[in-house]
Amino acid sequence: MIEVLRAGALTTVQDQGRPGWAHLGVPRSGALDPAALRLANRLVGNDEHAAGLEITMTGCVLRFTRAVAVALTGAPAEVVVEWPPPGARRRPGDVGRPLALPAGAVLRVGPARAGVRTWLAVSGGITVEAVLGSRSTDTLSGLGPPPLRDGDRLPLGIPDGPPPPVDLTVTEPLPDELRLTVRPGPRQGWFTPQALSLLCGNAYTVSPDSNRVGARLAGAALPRAVAGELPSEGLVLGAVQVPPDGQPLVFLADHPTTGGYPVVGVVDDVTPLAQARPGATVTFHGPQR
Amino acid sequence: MRIRPVGTHALLLDCDDPEQVEAWRAELWHRRASGELTATEIVPGAVTVLLDGVPDPEAAAARIAGWRPRAADSGAATEEVRVPTVYDGEDLPRVAAHWDTDVPAVVDRLRRTEFRVAFCGFAPGFAYLTGLPPELAVPRLATPRTRVPAGSVALAGPYAGIYPAASPGGWLLVGRTDLPLFDVRADPPARLTPGTRVRLVDAP
Repeated sequence: MIEVLRAGALTTVQDQGRPGWAHLGVPRSGALDPAALRLANRLVGNDEHAAGLEITMTGCVLRFTRAVAVALTGAPAEVVVEWPPPGARRRPGDVGRPLALPAGAVLRVGPARAGVRTWLAVSGGITVEAVLGSRSTDTLSGLGPPPLRDGDRLPLGIPDGPPPPVDLTVTEPLPDELRLTVRPGPRQGWFTPQALSLLCGNAYTVSPDSNRVGARLAGAALPRAVAGELPSEGLVLGAVQVPPDGQPLVFLADHPTTGGYPVVGVVDDVTPLAQARPGATVTFHGPQR
Repeated sequence: MRIRPVGTHALLLDCDDPEQVEAWRAELWHRRASGELTATEIVPGAVTVLLDGVPDPEAAAARIAGWRPRAADSGAATEEVRVPTVYDGEDLPRVAAHWDTDVPAVVDRLRRTEFRVAFCGFAPGFAYLTGLPPELAVPRLATPRTRVPAGSVALAGPYAGIYPAASPGGWLLVGRTDLPLFDVRADPPARLTPGTRVRLVDAP
């Protein structure tokens, strides 16, 4: 069992999401950086599809009622383990390295030093009830468990076996500048011929309104060639949708399944946006560069 | 029908009309079930069908271009869901004004219409129902309600829809139903899936 002593600003249960239900209006959801959560799971000996926690910006404090292995990936943060009884002994930990904790230990994850999100895997995985094949919290539709609150208790599964003997994990450092590869979207024709070169020729700033649904960007407005409303159509992860104000929005894991604003481009890999702080600079490039 | 690439793993089929969407939706689901097509998602829209999670979109597009969907099923073979409806929505007079008629005539029209689920979206289990003629399209509220109760039967544009759960919404309310529309333990979880025929019958 995990006891949530301090939930933080937004800590959610996430796994690899619930693909395959978009035709019923169910978003895919899942960790914003699925590879980072998979790595954390591997470090504690879990199946890659096990559920862990996605911790946003302000960190969290957790107590484990039984001995566990934990691993953190993603945004760097101060990690401190307090051994039982409470306050008896403190030991620092590291993002990117597995930690063995005795029963009763408290794990303190500090605020992200860079980036936004840190993923935590626990041996055995978090076994809240699965909904449509996934334990992920979907912040758009409300499926899955609600975001963590202080005092919550989360069930843990039985570990498959001991964690692999790993001392060190090599992960790419968070980039200073977010460079995204974008391809022309299905509704490029709804924009002026200059729209894609404006998107690729100007730096954009991540807006504070960004969340798990999408990264809202501020910068050069993308001019429309066709006025009016687009009939609703299916949306993919990474779709760059442009509302009437011309400011692009890149859809992330909790994006709606259909939408009525035209999609000017599609980003190949959105995982860098999981670490995009408000005010961060984003540049777009064609696939050839 | 025209096929457009969408990113690295998706295709969008641009159809001529909603009937062609339904024909392609049914054809693609059938081809996927028979193993001729690999796609994680096949998502109908108003005049499109999205295929996502396609390993080789270029090859898939070439194959799809050679397929001819059968005409959309006229309905005899597909399931009909009867939705017990109480017609007491507060926007009935507004709909009557748009349709240039009175409230009993609006209710009679809705009662007699054979609807079909064109596509889902907005929320899990929310189905866009077609069947009303385009000239009866109604505008959304200028200011959406902050909370529309679960089970509300409503109209917007050329569509009818039923809110599976309470949510904000700008559709015009014409009635309500107690029929559960989305249940994660049911298979399928949505009562109204694309292609389903729907009748808004009087609640007993």
